[in-house]
Amino acid sequence: MKLHEYQSKQIFAQHGIPIPHGRVAAIADEVRAIAEELGGKVVVKSQVLVGGRGKAGGIRLAKTPEDAAGLAAKILGMEIKGLPVRKVLVDEAVNIATEIYLGITNDRTSRCPVMIASSEGGVDIEEVARTDPKKIVRKRIDALLGWRDYQGRDLASAIELPREHWRSFMSIARGLYETYIECDATLAEINPLVITKEGHLLALDGKMVIDDNALYRHPEIAEMRDIDEEEPEERQARKFGLSYVKLDGDIGCLVNGAGLAMATMDVIKLHGGEPANFLDIGGGASAEKVREALSIILLDSNVKVVLINIFGGITRCDEVARGILEALKKHKAKLPIVVRLVGTNDEEGRKLLAKADMMTAKSLAEAAQMAAELVKEKAPA
Amino acid sequence: MSILIDENTQLLVQGITGREGLFHTSQMLAYGTRVVAGVTPGKGGEWVLDGKVPVFDTVQIAVEATGANCSVSFVPARFAADAMLEASAASVELIVCITEGIPVQDMMRVRRALDLQGTRLVGPNCPGLLSPGASKVGIIPGHIAKRGKIGIVSRSGTLTYEVLYSLTASGMGTSTCVGIGGDPVNGTSFVDVLSMFEEDPHTDKVVLIGEIGGTDEEKAAAFISDQMTKPVVGFIAGRTAPPGKRMGHAGAIVEGGTGLASEKIRVLQSAGVRIADHPEQIPELLQ
Repeated sequence: MKLHEYQSKQIFAQHGIPIPHGRVAAIADEVRAIAEELGGKVVVKSQVLVGGRGKAGGIRLAKTPEDAAGLAAKILGMEIKGLPVRKVLVDEAVNIATEIYLGITNDRTSRCPVMIASSEGGVDIEEVARTDPKKIVRKRIDALLGWRDYQGRDLASAIELPREHWRSFMSIARGLYETYIECDATLAEINPLVITKEGHLLALDGKMVIDDNALYRHPEIAEMRDIDEEEPEERQARKFGLSYVKLDGDIGCLVNGAGLAMATMDVIKLHGGEPANFLDIGGGASAEKVREALSIILLDSNVKVVLINIFGGITRCDEVARGILEALKKHKAKLPIVVRLVGTNDEEGRKLLAKADMMTAKSLAEAAQMAAELVKEKAPA
Repeated sequence: MSILIDENTQLLVQGITGREGLFHTSQMLAYGTRVVAGVTPGKGGEWVLDGKVPVFDTVQIAVEATGANCSVSFVPARFAADAMLEASAASVELIVCITEGIPVQDMMRVRRALDLQGTRLVGPNCPGLLSPGASKVGIIPGHIAKRGKIGIVSRSGTLTYEVLYSLTASGMGTSTCVGIGGDPVNGTSFVDVLSMFEEDPHTDKVVLIGEIGGTDEEKAAAFISDQMTKPVVGFIAGRTAPPGKRMGHAGAIVEGGTGLASEKIRVLQSAGVRIADHPEQIPELLQ
């Protein structure tokens, strides 16, 4: 789960990381009031869960409260990469001398956390990683020992940070590690971490991603979820414990297991079709869960054909069949449906579906081919 | 005959009294696995499945009483890390963790602790192990596979069943099928299993089923190219997955250019691995 900049920075501040004074607002008048409080010169920053806000014009410097309100009115009406801006963060403007980068994430290959720093912070950090990788310094962290101060000194030295800032830098690194651990983050990033002309270190921007599997032990973070930023289908899927990702094609897929769901999409594509979604009903799904899963697909107006591929292990095919029938009854959909059921209780499942108007396939390849051909038949010549 | 598990495996089931634990214990017993003990804290002294399996309060007591050398865990995600550490502390040699949804930071600490202790872990978020005709540890449906000389290693669950099913339909048998799981931080890797298959006199050919995310397939390709003599056939799921999207498995995320299916396929092919276009093509490539 991604957090907004303002949420991330509030959490940083709780762990002793200095951040600019500022507040979040949803209307321009509020922005004017906040700017007045902060002394007039502020930065108005769109809060959307996507990168490239600055380049899209979603981050603007205002010289006066009036100016701030005007810019906020514009930004609050914008869409950035398809996401409407509903909130802005109003931060005091600071005098930037230098921008550095500091972040922590999971190093999958080494199976441990890794702290990353660079002297070249700012919007082009990914470009730096490509063109000048030596400027990106990594410190792996022993999962049992945790972050140690000597590693902070190593990083400060490696990015050639002037020594007068080391104490402050090490305290920020420690705070960022604590944030990462205490929130079960998979990413906690300060970019840029600025050195002001007055000589202070300040987290100007912040980004956090939280491990969904750990949200049960962080109810206060789970509540921060911005449901406006989710596709309605994805929200519905999450409610029923389904794993769903909307895609651009027209063949709706309902599969058990993530690997098989991806393979099913691949085979559809191999036969010239385009999957409309990834949908994994998980292991041992109930009829209710299957009904909700199929409902999500049937309500997607892009879907022309549905492909159901179930390999029953823990999942029982008769249970799946019952869920399919319930969904069809509820939606009275006339979409062609191709079903392939194999494994636990597949005979019972097929019997249940025999009366419904569906095409059955024996293999995955056959099912994918049938679905792809059905789409072509439906396409206007 | 097989790797990791065989007729002599003495199995302990952690979380045996839960719904999944109990059901799959009965399936494993029916398959012929020697399930010698179960562990559920607070239920020590009970017997489950018509008195076939004794339940203990702790892994330590269960191991002392029964000599169990392998544990399979169905413990819910929030208690799963503790369950793995407990089995490791009780000197269980092999832990198979079926549980999905374990926080990744828990797994980083568990993996580090298990490495220090020298415990082998398979999983988590995996279907477990099946040595057809000898032993089944986990949830792979036993009836879809028969004994033979093909070793299978996979990051997926149901996709593995799909492959087993098509092998059996083509008259091919399996030595051992190992589901290593789809999480970003797990125990046994592709390379670990490939080296065991390379050493196993009863495995002739190997099937590797990978998916997008991580670099485990790339490491496997290097190992195959440098150290394997046995032929390997593969399939990589997720060719059509868009970058940056989470595809169900915590592990199946494509991160900024790495972990792409196309790259994994390329390096595996250059290591001499024949890659199937779709899972049901695998038997054909093995012939």
